[in-house]
Amino acid sequence: MLSLTNADHEAIALSLKVAMSATLLSLPLGFVFAYLMTFCRFRGKVLLEVLVNLPLTLPPVVIGYLLLISLGRNGWLSPLLEPLGIRLIFTWKAAVLASAVVGFPLLVRSIRIAMESIDYQLVQASRTLGASRLDTLFSIILPLSRAGIIAGSSLMFARSLGEFGATIMVAGSIPGVTQTIPLAIYEYSGSPADESAALSLCLVAIAISVLVLLFHEFLSAKLARRN
Amino acid sequence: MDLRMEVRKSFGAFNLQTDFSVSGEQLGVFGQSGSGKSTLVGLLAGLSTPEEGEIFLDGDCLFSSRRGISVPPQLRRVAIVFQQPCLFPHLSVESNLLYGFRRCAAKHRSIDLAALVSVLKLSPLLKRGVNNLSGGEKQRVALGRAILANPRLLLMDEPLSALDDALKFQIIHYLKSASEQFGIPYLFISHSLLEIRLMTEQVLAVAGGRIVGQSTPEELARERMGQSQVGYINLLKVDALRKMGGLQVYRWGESELFISAGDDSATAMFELSSRDIILFKKHPEAISARNLLKCTVVDTFPSGNKVGVELKCGSETLVAEVVMQAADDLAIQARNEIYAVIKASSFRRLG
Repeated sequence: MLSLTNADHEAIALSLKVAMSATLLSLPLGFVFAYLMTFCRFRGKVLLEVLVNLPLTLPPVVIGYLLLISLGRNGWLSPLLEPLGIRLIFTWKAAVLASAVVGFPLLVRSIRIAMESIDYQLVQASRTLGASRLDTLFSIILPLSRAGIIAGSSLMFARSLGEFGATIMVAGSIPGVTQTIPLAIYEYSGSPADESAALSLCLVAIAISVLVLLFHEFLSAKLARRN
Repeated sequence: MDLRMEVRKSFGAFNLQTDFSVSGEQLGVFGQSGSGKSTLVGLLAGLSTPEEGEIFLDGDCLFSSRRGISVPPQLRRVAIVFQQPCLFPHLSVESNLLYGFRRCAAKHRSIDLAALVSVLKLSPLLKRGVNNLSGGEKQRVALGRAILANPRLLLMDEPLSALDDALKFQIIHYLKSASEQFGIPYLFISHSLLEIRLMTEQVLAVAGGRIVGQSTPEELARERMGQSQVGYINLLKVDALRKMGGLQVYRWGESELFISAGDDSATAMFELSSRDIILFKKHPEAISARNLLKCTVVDTFPSGNKVGVELKCGSETLVAEVVMQAADDLAIQARNEIYAVIKASSFRRLG
């Protein structure tokens, strides 16, 4: 039987908010990175590629720690953030940042695969028909990358929902403030009395993931039919 | 249209170096694969940049390494019809057609969509997606899209290579008539001498990244006759007359031709290799070939180890090919009368 407390509802809402924010914030940047990697040649491209993909191979705790020492009170970036009154550590925004960093390579990869499958002569045809680089980006490359954008966003959203290691390092696990579904399950798992609560949240996490994947399949099929 | 191109561009070991000026409305670039034709197209359209040199189109500088000028592709008004139609798969036929038109400055929008659709017979396709069109339909849409952008030069980069023979000759008609009707000069690029002859008035021959010749397509065809595996291809435009003994009889100038590959469609175009014409000094007796034409020798020209013989049959011209020894035996000289014999099965229908 699914039994959810108010704190669980808050954890679910926060998870969705964090995953959605991380995905939406990363999308424009992910698109630009994928474009640069696919269509541009520049010095240091390999290095940039390694940097973008690094979160895929690094333990999330390492990413969380690096974020902590960068964004913390005495972090590398604090001279930039403090004068602006921006405090990220142990807020839900830190959870968004952690999710964004961890999920970013998945987003870029999916969009890049879609961009690489675009026949480059379409881009050339567009340019010779009077479209500037930017016009071609929005009128040809963006619509033809839609399947990759949807796939990447779904993957990133799902990955953000499950993000644990980096989030607990930079956002902690404060109920109602930074406690997402995985963090709440972790808290429940420490006490045998909370087993059914943990299981309920597991079921919710599974249901959300299935819905995300179904949504992804539906949109992909719709796009495939249209094309 | 006046084009001057003096450029150098290297890709690894390949080095393109050209220096030519050409004027005309229907120009061709002929060369084998890897000769540098497509590189030339890319440089002209601004899709790649020469290492050095200058490109002028109608007096306007499109590129000059000396003056630091490189006009971006979208401002050159040089459109391309590629070998593959390259239609935008997410757009309808109509949106594809209007893609360049909408990006064209208002003062250059001189071509009307309805007129173009009518010339290219595209009206039943307008609302359709492009993915289910046939190869010929796709190429017509690609041509229409390029023309509607009202370019001052249309580059056709092997636009017929991906099509089968029957379709090829239908599309040639559209390529030529649409460009003529809307006054768009073109540069037609092909490795097929036949296509070059059907499409162009003047041709640049390219080999190994260099321009190796500039002539009329007819001169180029005669020059290459000796090296070609099929000889010189005569193009005969004929009108159907009647059926006779399983063969179709056609009117060709003042003569009648018996052709086995024919049908009763009113007019048709046939190709005939110079190697399929047998010459006789005197009227031959009782021959199996169905076509015996009395001709006059106009001229002879050497081509490799062969001799080309230009013949006049009434008002029409025919080029035959003989080896040196045969030319001596027949004592071929200008103004001599000679008999050309052609089998009915030697003709190949175009389109």
